[in-house]
Amino acid sequence: MELHLHCLRRLSLLPQPSRFPSCLFSEEEKRNRVQEEEHHEKKKMRFVVKACRNGRAREGVLHLGSCPTAIETPSLLLSTCKGLPFFITRDLLPSLPSPDSHLLQMSPLHFLECPSATTISNIGGLHQMVGLHEHCFVAAPRDSILGLPDFEGTNKLGASFETTGGRRLVKPVEYMKIISSLKPDLWTSLADEVPAWVSEKRNQMSVDRTVCWLDDCIGINLAAGASVLGAIVGGSSLDERRHCAQEVVKRNVAGYWIGGFGLGESMEERPALLAAVTDLLPAERPRQICGLGLPEEVLQGVAAGIDLFESTYIYHLTLGGSALTFPLDGEERHGYDSQLSDIGSDHTKINLRATVYRKDTSPIVDGCCCYTCQNHTRAYLNHLLNVHEMLAHILLEM
Amino acid sequence: VHIMALRFEILGRFNRARAAQLTLPHFVCQTPLFMPVGTQGTIKGLTNNQLEDIGCQIILGNTYHLALRPTAELIDELGGLHNFMNWPRALLTDSGGFQMVSLLHLADITEKGVTFQSPVDGKPMLLTPEQSIKIQNKIGADIIMALDDVVRTTITGPRIEEAMYRTLRWIDRCIAAHEKPNEQNLFGIVQGGLDPALRDICVRGLVDRNLPGYAIGGLAGGEDKDSFWRVVAQCTAALPEDKPRYVMGVGYPLDIVVCSALGADMYDCVYPTRTARFGTALVPEGVLKLKHKVMEADVRPIDPTCSCMVCKNYTRSYIHCLVTKDAMGSQLLSYHNLAYMMRLSKDLHMSIIEGRFPEYVCGFLQKQFPKGDVPEWVCNAMEVAGIDISSCCVPFS
Ligand SMILES: [Zn+2]
Ligand SMILES: [Zn+2]
Repeated sequence: MELHLHCLRRLSLLPQPSRFPSCLFSEEEKRNRVQEEEHHEKKKMRFVVKACRNGRAREGVLHLGSCPTAIETPSLLLSTCKGLPFFITRDLLPSLPSPDSHLLQMSPLHFLECPSATTISNIGGLHQMVGLHEHCFVAAPRDSILGLPDFEGTNKLGASFETTGGRRLVKPVEYMKIISSLKPDLWTSLADEVPAWVSEKRNQMSVDRTVCWLDDCIGINLAAGASVLGAIVGGSSLDERRHCAQEVVKRNVAGYWIGGFGLGESMEERPALLAAVTDLLPAERPRQICGLGLPEEVLQGVAAGIDLFESTYIYHLTLGGSALTFPLDGEERHGYDSQLSDIGSDHTKINLRATVYRKDTSPIVDGCCCYTCQNHTRAYLNHLLNVHEMLAHILLEM
Repeated sequence: VHIMALRFEILGRFNRARAAQLTLPHFVCQTPLFMPVGTQGTIKGLTNNQLEDIGCQIILGNTYHLALRPTAELIDELGGLHNFMNWPRALLTDSGGFQMVSLLHLADITEKGVTFQSPVDGKPMLLTPEQSIKIQNKIGADIIMALDDVVRTTITGPRIEEAMYRTLRWIDRCIAAHEKPNEQNLFGIVQGGLDPALRDICVRGLVDRNLPGYAIGGLAGGEDKDSFWRVVAQCTAALPEDKPRYVMGVGYPLDIVVCSALGADMYDCVYPTRTARFGTALVPEGVLKLKHKVMEADVRPIDPTCSCMVCKNYTRSYIHCLVTKDAMGSQLLSYHNLAYMMRLSKDLHMSIIEGRFPEYVCGFLQKQFPKGDVPEWVCNAMEVAGIDISSCCVPFS
């Protein structure tokens, strides 16, 4: 608690420091700094809300530095592993619907082992390293696939995560070192995410830590602070959610990252929790959410005024061999079809492993213009899945 | 009258080496060429677009695997393998026999065919020359391979002779069973182990059958390199000039350069993609082990002289970080390795056409053996190929 108060105070008391105290920097360093700032200015994010619908839901446009075109929100962020989309190869990325697919989510935790921050800096940052210059990256530690919050291991020093490399405690300094080397378009501050069922005291503590770490993160790298999404937690407590949102709103952040969802709360209590947060957030900044993946969960988020979503559901579907056939054009939905559900399909997805597709020479979705539907049949995908070929996942993720 | 579904035009030569244009029903290929192996109707993790991008001309499909899943009947019903996998360029299928002998311990070869235990239900099954051709007719590749009696090259004795004569008897059954000579080219396979007399009988027997193309089989199975190149040299010398020559299972870049110098045209191997899975990249200097600790801080591309998508975009350091844990790294490495093999094929073709084949070979050997320690078997083979490589060899003391 002491630490928390200290952090809060620090932000309000600190005078805005003069950027280049001349005694500290050589002329060349100053020039470099100016160039860096200019570069940053160019890459700066712009977000405009175009329309609001049915209360909180909104449509917006997001301009991000490295993306050539504006991104319409609400939008999905494509999940990545070490900065690369899970199954999609780079030559296929352009064939995804543009510009939505230019938005990628990445986890700095994937780079805890290697390459080192110095090497990443030498390469020139994340965009350079993964060869995706026209894509935008939003960095967040929790990716719901390979990096999950481990609230028991988290302490006042840092947030703990369950990663492929085991349990890892990530301190703000360490985290910011990776962020500074990666230079993502947007990044989120460290959060202490707790499940819905923890004690009130533990939930309060998570809010205090999360706010404190936001200050730490910005304090460590002022330049990077311009592109920070402030993390908001608070579990299943409306009061804590509001308290956290109020604190984060006081900070100078580019947008908001709402965490602590998908961790045991019920579908029913979620809309109120979401609304409690979004009602307090300034309209002109983007809001991203973590932990909502199912199509119906995403719709809950949209209704509450969330702009950016992760796409882990697509990843899990793909691994399971299913293809989304969700009618996007508001086409009439038919009643329950027992024949489809027997093979693990419904009107939003089909299970391509099922033998009924063995001889099916139609594309996954008639009239779809994606690479997979344009080039391959259900029968071929069924075969690839049955022989466990990697190409199946590549084609399905699209 | 002999029917064939290909045209083979030699565009350039250097002594025994040749660069040709091989016109197949689905694609006009330039030789020498390397064929990636797409066991299950796909190359590990690469899309058809990517394969076309790197210049892949023919993909090899394994009949044994395809016949098990999705089955030849299904492929036939859906319009053949080209349609099924939507691959517009050329395809080649093997006979299925080699896969059985190498994958199944219980395979037994008799005059009738290859008896094996079904991996599906364990029942004994028989693959005859007729059935192999029938299956390959259904799959519909541009080139189909005769069922041969495969024995390990390291085996000696009467079994080699038996296998060679049986291969000759089976080729007639294959020819008789082949229903689509206008659409598919049946290649015969020269057997005979490491015995020059047996190889000679087999080559002459096959040449008499006037097939559209010939393969040299039974190599790349652990025999010593000196025996290997001598068999290739003997067979290429005896095979007709105007037909393509395919050395089966050969895929090390050095072997391909040597075989091309000796007059071979086509190669296939799983090596480039298999070695990628172990984190190894093919580079002009030999191989680069991306798992090695020194790669961690190396911000250069895999091969600075390579213009493939992987080398244009990724550093050794990043790929090091991918290959040590995930499958993704092997996908990128497979891409680069196959691109490397395609570039090697193209370089061989162009250097022969442009009359600078010896210079190309020397340049290749210099990079692979910067100390001049070119293996003796390579020196011997190049002497037979009529290529002076003294400039890249350390003189023997
Ligand atoms: Zn589609
Ligand atoms: Zn390359």
